Amino acid sequence: MSFLSVTRVIKRFGDVEAVKAVDLEVPRGAFFALLGPSGCGKTTLLRMIAGFEQPDDGVIAIDGVAMNGVPAHQRPTNMVFQSYAIFPHLNVFDNVAYGLRRDGLGKDALRARVEAMLATVRLEGMGARRADQLSGGQRQRVALARALVKQPKILLLDEPLGALDKRLREQMQVELRALQKSLGITFLLVTHDQEEALSMADHIAVMNGGRILQIASPRDLYERPNCREVADFIGEINFFHASVKEIAGDNVTCNAGLLGIVPVPRRAFGFAIAAGDHVLLALRPERITLSGGTVAGEIAAASFLGERSHYHARIAGRSEPVFVASSGPAPQGPVMLGWNPADVIALPFVE
Amino acid sequence: MRNRGLLVYAAAYLAFLYLPVLFLPLFSFNASQYIAFPLTGFTTQWYTALFADTAMLQALSNSLKVGVVTAILSTLLGLLAAKAVTQYRLKGTGTALGFIGLPLFIPDVVLGIALLLLLAAIGFPLSLATVVLGHLCLCTPFALAVLIARFEGFDRSLEEASADLGENGWMTFWRVTFPLMLPGITASLLLTFITSFDEFLIAYFLSGTDATLPVFFWSQLRFPARLPVVLALGALILLASVVLVVLAEVVRNRGVAPDKKTIGA
Amino acid sequence: MGKSLISGFSGGVQVAKAEDGNDAGYLLLSPTLAVMALTLAAPLALLFLYSLTRTTGPVLEGGATLAQYAEVLGREGYRALFWRSLDISAVVTLATVALAYPMAYFVAFHAGRRKFLWLIALTIPFWTSYLLRVFAWKIILGYGGVINSALISIGLISAPLEFLLYNPFSVVVTLTHAWAAFAILPIYVSLEKIDRSLLEAATDLGDGPLRRFLRITLPLSMPGVIGAALLVFVPTTGDYVTPTLVGGPQGAMIANIISVQFDRVGNWPLGAALALASMAVVGVLAMLFVAAARAAAKAAR
Repeated sequence: MSFLSVTRVIKRFGDVEAVKAVDLEVPRGAFFALLGPSGCGKTTLLRMIAGFEQPDDGVIAIDGVAMNGVPAHQRPTNMVFQSYAIFPHLNVFDNVAYGLRRDGLGKDALRARVEAMLATVRLEGMGARRADQLSGGQRQRVALARALVKQPKILLLDEPLGALDKRLREQMQVELRALQKSLGITFLLVTHDQEEALSMADHIAVMNGGRILQIASPRDLYERPNCREVADFIGEINFFHASVKEIAGDNVTCNAGLLGIVPVPRRAFGFAIAAGDHVLLALRPERITLSGGTVAGEIAAASFLGERSHYHARIAGRSEPVFVASSGPAPQGPVMLGWNPADVIALPFVE
Repeated sequence: MRNRGLLVYAAAYLAFLYLPVLFLPLFSFNASQYIAFPLTGFTTQWYTALFADTAMLQALSNSLKVGVVTAILSTLLGLLAAKAVTQYRLKGTGTALGFIGLPLFIPDVVLGIALLLLLAAIGFPLSLATVVLGHLCLCTPFALAVLIARFEGFDRSLEEASADLGENGWMTFWRVTFPLMLPGITASLLLTFITSFDEFLIAYFLSGTDATLPVFFWSQLRFPARLPVVLALGALILLASVVLVVLAEVVRNRGVAPDKKTIGA
Repeated sequence: MGKSLISGFSGGVQVAKAEDGNDAGYLLLSPTLAVMALTLAAPLALLFLYSLTRTTGPVLEGGATLAQYAEVLGREGYRALFWRSLDISAVVTLATVALAYPMAYFVAFHAGRRKFLWLIALTIPFWTSYLLRVFAWKIILGYGGVINSALISIGLISAPLEFLLYNPFSVVVTLTHAWAAFAILPIYVSLEKIDRSLLEAATDLGDGPLRRFLRITLPLSMPGVIGAALLVFVPTTGDYVTPTLVGGPQGAMIANIISVQFDRVGNWPLGAALALASMAVVGVLAMLFVAAARAAAKAAR
């Protein structure tokens, strides 16, 4: 029994189906990310879980309780808004205490809890600050404290780091991750930033066009995407068209045109295949070597990035270059592209 | 230097704006009943006469009543309409706004006369209530403009955040929406009150026997002997207006979102 | 694309809200619309009906007639009054905007930290009674008024100057003073909005201060100038207080003859036709003005 379960949830806005029969299971204590491009339905799904939108169909249940018809203010969820939504007429302390006024805490107990939470998000002594005296990072922490002090069953985070600059974002990624581990509260994060999702979440659901394409751990998502869209959305990748030539036990050979005959382990195919099927083979840039391989090419462009370099390699007969990331010495002259068969990602080919 | 030239111009312009108005208090303390130089001596007799004038006090009280009722009603109407326009997507919003804004482009004389015709046609007697009707037509567009600007700067996720933290709709209104809208509501109340309090022509057509202050004032202009008293009254209104305006500006600029602070018409 | 999708979606959110609460939205809007219908639409409709009526008898007896409009358009006296009103308003508009522009420019670009103070200082006189402001000019320009008595008492003139009051000139001066704020604020707002880096870019590309002003600042502040012109022109054509107090017979304007029809002579149908005709003329002129200004702005680009 999962902690948050979303079953066949549908949401329409006028004629647009924003969320299409989504199923989702989030385990207790997980750091779960909904990842996808703008307009993919992830924010709508989050807002349905928070209670700001009502699903047209399907069930959302938290800790075994169906949430249909439960208004937002009675749900065991709290949210960190994209804009942070810090109440501008209240100071930091009153912002954080906002949701506690109804809980019947004594004055001292309330103060203690707010102070403790402010300390947790490293805002000690900032209680009297007004909202307009805060930096972006501090606003983010106030929003976080205000939601966490309610001890929600699920903390919802809507693009929480989008408004911060790069260095602060990276720092907050680490802090959020540590905070989630120490508090043990289930976090549900919505983001369009794959790096953010990969670095923080235990589980990621990739969404596009109102559907969930794949749910997996960050590593599996990167190494074992289940479709072209996921492979393309997460990190850089090179695609090659191929057809299945022969299946012999655990070994499959594919005819990949310019790459020649390519052996691929049977387990790389997460779907049924038969000889003659069109498939898509994919290779991550860092899994391709520039020497000792079998495919001749030449370097069309190179950029030095410190610990590694990026290359665009041209292969005769292929219009788009092959993207290669290498930490080795810069190649001189023609290159021979190669890879380990175990690193080949096999995907179904969809017209 | 160009900068210096502009500063001189600005000062001259300010003098052009203020000097004519400042003659009112100046002559209200002049002992002669004729408004002419040279000044003949200092007196407060016109103010004494003013406060003994029951017709004037009655007109003042009428204007205060009309102004307060108009301000409250037009702000309420503006509040409802501003919420409807900014927080819902209604068909015909543009047309409705154009219609409500129409009085800004119609001469007051036409507004007053047209309403007078209607009231006469249905046999509705003229009173302070009919003045309020006319002023509602004039003031509601102002209230709406002020309040729409406030609502547009209002982040709806603040209300959602309140709901998310456990407050129901009513408490969310009192703890978040109302305090954040308060400066806008205050500004609208002051603006509509001053507009109504100062309005002459519509009140002139619609007031019947109960004169408002400007209407009373108008009737006094014909009698030269009454002029110094009228000036005294004008000077007092001037003082009260300045106090109100400064108050209104201070409130209006104690903004919801400091980064959205704008000074505009 | 992502952005537009997002906004499309959040728009969708509101549509969805409206599906549950569309009626609530209309319900919120309806009291205001009802009040405006009662105090604006119905009276104007009735005014229109009256304008189609013959001078005597109840409304529309013997069918509608355009006789009143024929009278308004046909009578030389009315035509002359229309023209004079428009003429006075046009001069007032020109003078007000021209005088206000440098002032607004100063506040927007050179007032520094005192910007807010300047704005309050500029608006305060306009919150004092309109009647009083107009009346102030009467006592300044009058026969025994401030200017004449001052000039006589210092011996510059021996008899009062008569050309100061009760003519179109005094109306123009008074209205220019009375409506100044309506010109300053829109121009200021449009100047304030101009991105300062545009001015730096113009300088960087070789424009001197004057060329920069003509090529960047002035064109970009045109929306404010147009708004200011409309805000002054439209209401001043219908002004009643000023022509009555300082205009005299040669300074009378449309509003005076309209109100006379309802006051003493009592020819309501003619008054109604005059009111609607003046609204129509001013409305058409305002639209033409906006169209011309937009075309000019486009041509300048």
